[in-house]
Amino acid sequence: MSLNARAVVIPGDDIDTDVLYPGTYLNVTDVEQMTHHLFEGLDPALRDRLVGDTALVVGSNFGCGSSREHVPQAMRASGIRFLIGAGFARIFYRNCINLGLPAVVSEAAVAAAGDGSTVELDLEDGSVLVDGERFALNPVPPFMREIFAAGGLIPWVLRQR
Amino acid sequence: MGLTLAEKILLAHTDADAVAPGDIVMVRCDVVMTNDISGPMAFRAMEKMGASRVFDPTKVVIVPDHFVPAKDERSAALQKLLRDWAAHHGVAYYEQGRGGIEHQVLVEEGWVVPGSVVAGGDSHTCTYGALGAFGTGLGSTDIAACLATGTFWQAVPETILVELTGERQPFVTGKDVILAVIGELGVAGGSRSVLEFGGDGVAALSIDERLAVANMAVEAGSETGLFPADEAVARYLDGRTTRPWAAEVTDPDAAIAASTQIDLGAVPPLIALPHSPGNVVPVADACGHTIDQVYIGNCANGTITDLRQATDILRGRQVHARTRLIVVPASQRVYRQALAEGLIDDLSEAGALISAPTCGACFGGSGGILAAGESALATTNRNFRGRMGSGESSVYLANAWVAAAAAVAGEIVDPAEIGIADAAGVA
Repeated sequence: MSLNARAVVIPGDDIDTDVLYPGTYLNVTDVEQMTHHLFEGLDPALRDRLVGDTALVVGSNFGCGSSREHVPQAMRASGIRFLIGAGFARIFYRNCINLGLPAVVSEAAVAAAGDGSTVELDLEDGSVLVDGERFALNPVPPFMREIFAAGGLIPWVLRQR
Repeated sequence: MGLTLAEKILLAHTDADAVAPGDIVMVRCDVVMTNDISGPMAFRAMEKMGASRVFDPTKVVIVPDHFVPAKDERSAALQKLLRDWAAHHGVAYYEQGRGGIEHQVLVEEGWVVPGSVVAGGDSHTCTYGALGAFGTGLGSTDIAACLATGTFWQAVPETILVELTGERQPFVTGKDVILAVIGELGVAGGSRSVLEFGGDGVAALSIDERLAVANMAVEAGSETGLFPADEAVARYLDGRTTRPWAAEVTDPDAAIAASTQIDLGAVPPLIALPHSPGNVVPVADACGHTIDQVYIGNCANGTITDLRQATDILRGRQVHARTRLIVVPASQRVYRQALAEGLIDDLSEAGALISAPTCGACFGGSGGILAAGESALATTNRNFRGRMGSGESSVYLANAWVAAAAAVAGEIVDPAEIGIADAAGVA
């Protein structure tokens, strides 16, 4: 199964979850409301570019800092289908996996992608196509592919019980 | 081949026969902790996992601390949900006035022992590494799985040894030790790793200071920051916990990914400049920046040790006219200890506003939010853009001595220049 999306690029490394979703909105629990505050500390105009299925293309150590799950929750609800990064910070990465939101690593793909690029992710094949050019992903462990395949940790746990 | 301390702890908490870096294992929790931010989302996810009860009510702790006291109706509703949920599930719950900031509370109340695994719905759960526990921060869906099944998935981390040698200079604290480490490793340098602290310089770090060090391991990207338990930990836990524990250490022949040495004698008071905890320079290089707000508190540096250091500087002096000082004891216990020692009196006499124990303004919640154009010097752990309020504000991170000195001077200053005050406030 592959996922197709159009790229939105967030340039720079070490983008923290505070700018992705400022602390003052952490008492929001409604996911639809969270989408109104996504990227607020970075560039609120980014929200207007999330039209249709989006592949978020990011630098290294993306999502560092707080464990706030509001960030990937709001991303998923805003039509972001997957993320391609040069690298992800630990808890943000976990949160994406747990929500069934693929976050994959390929520095070369990140370098090749521009805003509006068409991106096709094939987790089984371990590759991503950027404007038709194929790039290999850093290997995704079978356990994580299993969680993606289940649709996230909630259905995965349901299945185990 | 031998095992690292982290590998030993994880091995003892999985069904696996062996562990090696990169292996993904299901880890059993000794304690699961959540708060008024991660909790409500976790409870919702737990229900969706088909779990109507928690895996073990004696292993779950709830601490409302982020938006406390409730800053608005929405926060109040979350805290009510937390309170009701804790009562329904029969789990430990620390009400406002009986708890404080979650990490301080769990350590003080004896929930954390060496060799244990603590899953917390907050990134600074790595604080528990100070006592030799694998404390690690997780998001809400992870916490939901912990509440439902008592387990979370974990990639076995590598270990980076941080050897601390020599003796510290005056006005250098645990805060400076961890800022030095982050400055050297960078904000992603500890990724997929735990930091393990060793060397002859460790013994002189008090438990409070080790908490401050471990607390910011996540700021280097690490899973946790471990101090192998020693005599000081045993003394700290004596009478505080009934949980069994045993001190483990890394085997001499264990595989170590990297090691680094910090000569404590060469570390001056440090400061992280806006807008990254990795942007570390000596305080001496940052002197002269005017400071609108000094904030002494948070889960890293709101301990009694920090309040004593601040009072050493502020006793008999006055906070500068252009600066406001907010002091946030990390817990009710710290608050009462500070009261008993006269620190609250001295600090408030100097012009400090003393806050209730809370995460407060550290994360931009409430009680000290910055306006555009303002600068704060805080003993907190993050200075990302907009962290404490406006996206046009700035936050500097440093120890409590540096913070208190800035409160007196109204600008960043070397605390040695201000000096410890005597009873009359004369250095």
